[in-house]
Amino acid sequence: MSPLTAVLASEAEPLIRWDWIERNLGDDIAEALREHLILSFTPVLLGLVVALPLGIACARWRRVYPAVLAATSVLYAVPAIALFVVLVAFTGLTYSTVIIPLAAYTLSVLVPSVVDGLHSVPAHVRQAAVAMGFGPLRRLVRVELPLAIPVVMAGLRVATVSNISLVSVGSLIGIGGLGELFTTGLKRDFPTPIVVGIVAIIALALVSDMLLLLIQRLLTPWERAGSGGRKARRAQEKTLVTAGGER
Amino acid sequence: MITFAGVTKRYPDGTVAVDRLDLQIPTGQITVLVGPSGCGKTTTLRMINRMVDPTEGTVAIDGRDVRDIDPPTLRRGIGYVIQQAGLFPHRTIVDNIATVPFLLGHDKRKARERARELMDRVGLDRSLADRYPAQLSGGQQQRVGVARALAADPPIMLMDEPFSAVDPIVRAGLQEEFLRLQAELEKTIVFVTHDIDEAVRLGHRIAVFAVGGTLAQYATPDELLSEPADDFVRDFLGGSRGIRRLRFFQELDAEEAGAGTDEATVAADR
Repeated sequence: MSPLTAVLASEAEPLIRWDWIERNLGDDIAEALREHLILSFTPVLLGLVVALPLGIACARWRRVYPAVLAATSVLYAVPAIALFVVLVAFTGLTYSTVIIPLAAYTLSVLVPSVVDGLHSVPAHVRQAAVAMGFGPLRRLVRVELPLAIPVVMAGLRVATVSNISLVSVGSLIGIGGLGELFTTGLKRDFPTPIVVGIVAIIALALVSDMLLLLIQRLLTPWERAGSGGRKARRAQEKTLVTAGGER
Repeated sequence: MITFAGVTKRYPDGTVAVDRLDLQIPTGQITVLVGPSGCGKTTTLRMINRMVDPTEGTVAIDGRDVRDIDPPTLRRGIGYVIQQAGLFPHRTIVDNIATVPFLLGHDKRKARERARELMDRVGLDRSLADRYPAQLSGGQQQRVGVARALAADPPIMLMDEPFSAVDPIVRAGLQEEFLRLQAELEKTIVFVTHDIDEAVRLGHRIAVFAVGGTLAQYATPDELLSEPADDFVRDFLGGSRGIRRLRFFQELDAEEAGAGTDEATVAADR
């Protein structure tokens, strides 16, 4: 039996000590939460900024796509800890050291979702846009990208939730948001911070996902108008969730 | 007048979609391009608004080569209606109709007001203005497609099988209203269909295309039915003649049945 499980099982130390939570809520826990938010959302935004032009290029020049897909997948396969160790030499023990690898990981979900989103625009709609006299840029901005929103948002949700759980790995180099609570608990053989960390991370993931879903609904009012569109969107989300759930 | 002079479209793989086409499409009338699939009728249509550029020859509108006009500018001056309507799913009906006026930078409020007037014109209830395309039936969507093509009041309208995705009853209604609308507007209309009955019903002139992108005959519906140029045209018309003959027989049957009851009545009187 490891020391931690021994502690978890012992009668003397309760699983949760409410007084510890009360004492640390204002300071340590709130600070960890703030850090966790920054460390999980910044990479998603950075990833989106890179994935949009990359995905648009891949949708237009289809021969580029396999190469880009291979590159993002290889990047995704590199363990986070290895990337942290390499990056510490350049960026030191700063937020950037955690943010850069996590942003790179999001690309393996976001680039395909941008490409799939653009491909989900029906051919007759694209043709109608050409025939009406939309130039290439206007067609992209006014017709193709808006119609890609549901699929891109599904990718964003997967990337965000996955990042919220991944940030804790940063605690290995001392920058892990709520993950710091795990190291604290392990070092002191004290379960309360670990339980608090797990509950907080799950709650954060759920709330973020619901917020993004709400934003998606607000951005795509036409999706609720038709019955066919919603079914198709759900199917696309399902495939993305299964694809992103590996890690 | 739209003029095709020695127009050929050859694709890089060697397929010839349109072969040395000479065609003059008169202003203010409905010209129907008809033929089996793969005969180049849609390619011909798309060469007018430069969605396809010819490999050889020239396409000119009122004497002006379309290649001298920048494609988006050219297209904003030509209405276009396609089979599945091709409406923008993320825009309301009124904004779909006002697409081209918006692109031309017209005042938004005026463009929407005109879009609502066009809804009356194509037989759509104004209460549908703020709905999305997915909330409309196929026939209604097709009407929106026609209204959208008319929004900037273009002198030319290109219609690519606009009524073939809807059921026959709705189609007949749409065709009738289309003819009524055209009588008022007198646009130059180029209409693609694979349905010879539709061609005969709508066209002032009909261009019959054969597989391989050659023009088999270009004539008025009367000339076409009375003097088919060759066996291909005769065969192509044949299908529709068969259907007419069937209708004729049905009418005969009905008359016989009617005559039968008359005799019965007479017999009863006796």
